[in-house]
Amino acid sequence: MISVFAGMTNPERNIMDKTLAEKILSEKSGSDAKAGDIVIAEVDLSFAQDTTGPLTVRQFQSSGISELANPERTALFIDHAAPSPNANLSNDHIFLRDFARKSGCILSEAGDGVCHQIVAEMYARPGDVVIGADSHTVTSGGLGAFATGMGSSDVAVAFGLGRTWFRVPESFKVEVSGDFQKGVYPKDFILYLIGQIGADGATYKALEFSGDNIAKMSMSGRFTIANMVVEAGAKVGLFPADEITRKYLVAQGRGNDYRKMTADASAVYEKTIKINAADIEPTVSKPHTVDNTAPARELKGTRLHQVVIGTCTNGRLEDLAVAAGIFKGKKPAPNIRLIIAPASRRVLLEAIEMGYIRDFVEAGAIIVPPGCGPCLGLHQGALGNGESCLSTANRNFEGRMGNPDAFIYLSSPATAAASALTGEITDPREVV
Amino acid sequence: MLKGRVFKFGDGISTDHIIPGRYAHLRSNLPELAKHVLEDADPDFVNKVKKGDFVVGGNNFGLGSSREHAPLVIKMAGVSAILAKSAARIFFRNAINLGLPMLICDTDKINDGDELEVDLGAGTVKDLTNGAELTFGKIPEVMLNILDEGGLIPYIQKHGDFKL
Repeated sequence: MISVFAGMTNPERNIMDKTLAEKILSEKSGSDAKAGDIVIAEVDLSFAQDTTGPLTVRQFQSSGISELANPERTALFIDHAAPSPNANLSNDHIFLRDFARKSGCILSEAGDGVCHQIVAEMYARPGDVVIGADSHTVTSGGLGAFATGMGSSDVAVAFGLGRTWFRVPESFKVEVSGDFQKGVYPKDFILYLIGQIGADGATYKALEFSGDNIAKMSMSGRFTIANMVVEAGAKVGLFPADEITRKYLVAQGRGNDYRKMTADASAVYEKTIKINAADIEPTVSKPHTVDNTAPARELKGTRLHQVVIGTCTNGRLEDLAVAAGIFKGKKPAPNIRLIIAPASRRVLLEAIEMGYIRDFVEAGAIIVPPGCGPCLGLHQGALGNGESCLSTANRNFEGRMGNPDAFIYLSSPATAAASALTGEITDPREVV
Repeated sequence: MLKGRVFKFGDGISTDHIIPGRYAHLRSNLPELAKHVLEDADPDFVNKVKKGDFVVGGNNFGLGSSREHAPLVIKMAGVSAILAKSAARIFFRNAINLGLPMLICDTDKINDGDELEVDLGAGTVKDLTNGAELTFGKIPEVMLNILDEGGLIPYIQKHGDFKL
């Protein structure tokens, strides 16, 4: 169980009492920003993807602003329909490529990977403000960046001005102590947390993660958690930038982008949520909401037709390693379609080098190009009537995977892999 | 003063209910896209809704994707305002950015098919069918200024920058 403590308000607070959210927005707005304030902040990176990008570009073109504020910090990603499944989307891609060529902004091509993974690998820095026309822009919060999703109009204006307005969010401190049980992963933690606080439990708030469990957690795990904070309504999910962050950035060839980021010890939180990691079991979100969670063991016997491992939530090397380890030498149950969606070209290459892709292909898996894959129902694994899918993605809304008459469950890569082997939802502790 | 009929939906109407990803290929053809507005919540909505009507939801209206096409197709259907008990952050901001009022009030007292009268200036909602009178939460000033200009792009066209 989680315990929740109401925060204290402190009218005497001073400039050294800042949460991570307040700290970043103070720096980027050049003001002493406190929760509830409205500020105009510099934007370090603004981006859109191929399903929101065309409207973003059109809104930019009609805004009256003629040039991008920072072309080298503005990006368009072709990832949601990559490669394109039809002529309409191909024409949208042409439109985006033309705009990138004329404006000088960054273009990430089909096959490079999901925007959020590439932003994490190549662009976002601790302390940055990142806005993207995609709700899972929050992923870079794993690096200590104030990263949040906005609509096309807001991103279009940030393209042109290099800044946007924010209401500085109140923060919830989420303190995670102890170690996960074997078979339990950061994905189980975030599904569990959303199950506890609800799909609107953190609406308009920042979730700031800390505690000895978080201090040891890999960047891969931090990105998984940050990616899903929007499923509790949060504006941003922030992790401290520490030695693990520094090593990750060094491994991406961007050691110079590192800076240490922590909340002040006397920061004021609206609420503190304490979670003992050992209490968490392999967790599954049931149709049709992310907060509709249950332990995987309670769903034993739930028949599946498709299993998806990957996406921006769980398509990193560490995720594929866990799944490959479970499949090695084994085959999915008959009638299970197993789809692997690596988060980026870099992840795919590393997974090839590590032999994981061979393990997947030998197990009978379909490898789809790095990108959003079947997550949002455009292509590469749309569900049939009455079918059930277990996915490591972040959303299981009605109609999400191309069919309102289908059923989507969400889990960790370990639970997904174990369930692919049996053909029904399976607690991975039964197989690892 | 806005006046129209209520189309009532429940809690947790997501952006996938409003305009699912499977229609992403129509996002550069807005009139075609708009034919699918709220299809997964009420397949007949698009045929029934009339100019000036209201979409009324429960908790966490518009959760999910950042797709601005969601409030855009609701606006294109002629809806004059969305009322809900609470709204997802990105959807709320997107609606205002398109000049579509998103009003937070206790929608339990409003029923499907009721006639409503909304006074944006006074912050009041009157259910002409059952007599209920409600007030809606104050919209932050920065957003009111954007709404007053008809949305963010017209606001920027006029002011060239954010004016707080």
